[in-house]
Amino acid sequence: MNPAFALLIADRLVKLSGIDMAIIAFYFGLVLAIGFYLKGRANTGDDFFMAGREMTAWVAGLSFLSANLGALELMGWAAASYQYGILAIHWYWIGAIPAMLFLALVMMPFYYISKTHSVPGYLKLRFGESSRALSAISFAFMTVLMSGINMYSMALVMKVVLGWDINFSIWVSSITVAIYVSLGGLRSAIFNEVLQFILIWAGALVIPIFGLIEAGGWHNLQLQIARNASVEYTHAWKYLGSFSDNPMGVHWTGIVFGLGFVVSFGYWTTDFLVVQRVLAAKDLRSAKMAPIIGAAFKMFVPFIVILPGLLGLAVLPMHLTGEAVAVATGGHSYNEVLPLMLARYCAPGLLGLGITALIAGFMSGMAGNVSAFSTVWTYDIYGALINKNATDRQNVIMGRWCTILGVLISVGTAYLVMQFLSIMDYVQALFSFFIAPLFGTVILGMLWKRASPAGGFWGLLAGTVSSIGMWAWVKVDPTALRYVALSPHAKDMAENIYRAMWSWIICVTVTVAVSLVTKPKPVSELAGLVYGQTDLPSEGHLSLIQKPMFWAVVVAVVFVVLNFLFW
Amino acid sequence: MPMPESREVSIWFFIGISLLVNGILILSAGLYQLSHPPDHTVVLLNLHANIWWGAVLLVIGAGYCLKFAPRAGKS
Repeated sequence: MNPAFALLIADRLVKLSGIDMAIIAFYFGLVLAIGFYLKGRANTGDDFFMAGREMTAWVAGLSFLSANLGALELMGWAAASYQYGILAIHWYWIGAIPAMLFLALVMMPFYYISKTHSVPGYLKLRFGESSRALSAISFAFMTVLMSGINMYSMALVMKVVLGWDINFSIWVSSITVAIYVSLGGLRSAIFNEVLQFILIWAGALVIPIFGLIEAGGWHNLQLQIARNASVEYTHAWKYLGSFSDNPMGVHWTGIVFGLGFVVSFGYWTTDFLVVQRVLAAKDLRSAKMAPIIGAAFKMFVPFIVILPGLLGLAVLPMHLTGEAVAVATGGHSYNEVLPLMLARYCAPGLLGLGITALIAGFMSGMAGNVSAFSTVWTYDIYGALINKNATDRQNVIMGRWCTILGVLISVGTAYLVMQFLSIMDYVQALFSFFIAPLFGTVILGMLWKRASPAGGFWGLLAGTVSSIGMWAWVKVDPTALRYVALSPHAKDMAENIYRAMWSWIICVTVTVAVSLVTKPKPVSELAGLVYGQTDLPSEGHLSLIQKPMFWAVVVAVVFVVLNFLFW
Repeated sequence: MPMPESREVSIWFFIGISLLVNGILILSAGLYQLSHPPDHTVVLLNLHANIWWGAVLLVIGAGYCLKFAPRAGKS
């Protein structure tokens, strides 16, 4: 027997046929081939870390979205929609679209014109080395942790769904990612992310189509969910007037201000994992169009992620539970809803493509984290703190090695997560620790010329420390939830939203207060970094349909209509 | 409409290859299952998703391969 097949064990949701294995093997072969093909085009720092800054708007936009479409997106949000109903859709709509459009129209010009390699690099230009160091170190820490969690999630899914050994899945996926990213750099990561994006849609689209056919359409699906769960599960806004009226225990103010403003703007405009893809665009117009293209597709991702979770509520014969109950009772957990739906509708062939879609999602998330880690480590930690005179060639060598190092640390993190399962619950908390305050610092830096270097640093530090402090407070004293999340009914997700909002407010308040009593940077040093001090290129020569603003308005209108349709 | 990247094999060609090969494999599996139904019975098997979905992937993949194939003389 082939040793790979010997790793299969009997306890699994589905059994793959030869054709399924061929589809998966072809996928691994193709991503490696792309990595080897692009090896010769990653010789300079700009090539390796910024993909030569020559990506079209389409490639940058799809990669921007794909880097976010990792393990936690596919499995996690399908599970969340089974658990919380259609409320999970807010993470795709109000929790993404306004921020993506804001990035495109307002923030991208500053990132792009400053020619920075990274978000910490922008902070260095705007606020100085201390802000850069704090942001780079916290980002590097968060990135490898997220990558490890991504990797562990994938291995766990492969074990539950296919019966594959966890070690086998972790090492095969991590070695593959290490090879293609270290060979071709960001260009290879971007190419594979676009491929993975297409495969995710090709593999996952069958589930909602067949699910809706089986359920008898959207209206019948709503009726079945109302019968099996409750009517609140199919309304996005209607039951957000009170904390206790909806399955998530959240109020509309938390969704609009906490998620829609702080968490969303923080993630989509300052998390370098996604911003790096847009920085690789070939010109400013492409850099502005890329997030708009990403936003257009993002609005429809719920069709392959949220809808399968809702369909699970209606058509699955078993009741899914939390992980702990599932383990204790031998039942299925929320996290298995997507694989269960896959197994329900997909015969051999399509099943292989569906599993490939899951693997592709996991690997794109991992590659995104690793390539962003490699850039921030090389430019903002190694180049800024360890070897200030590094040559371009040394940077590329360091980039290749720390891609491999990043993967190895991620593997270590994956094993750490395995030992402490509760770490899985802390993923959203990580965003509130590092990303929410970072958004406060960056947005003040871009829009307020009076923000001083000291204000930027102390605001960022205060926001991060206060966020970690609030998290620890609730851990030590659960009754503190009524203060942090404004309600004792708040679930984990609601708590994360409110904590992010407070940490952002603290960051902004401290930044403003410290800035007002410390010396700002001379105006002459703010050109290209701050609104009002930067000459933005005119778009007057573009026709209406070539203008990013036109397409941003189109996306915004569709976004509003969708929210009313599913009110 | 996506445009080809310059000076290298376009990403859209790789995507075309991927969709084409997957389409051929899935369509073949679907045709085979007409005479040999799978052991693992799935819901709505009578709709033969493998056949039409495989065909869709095959057609789109072939279209992308033709449109974005590397050509002699193109740098």
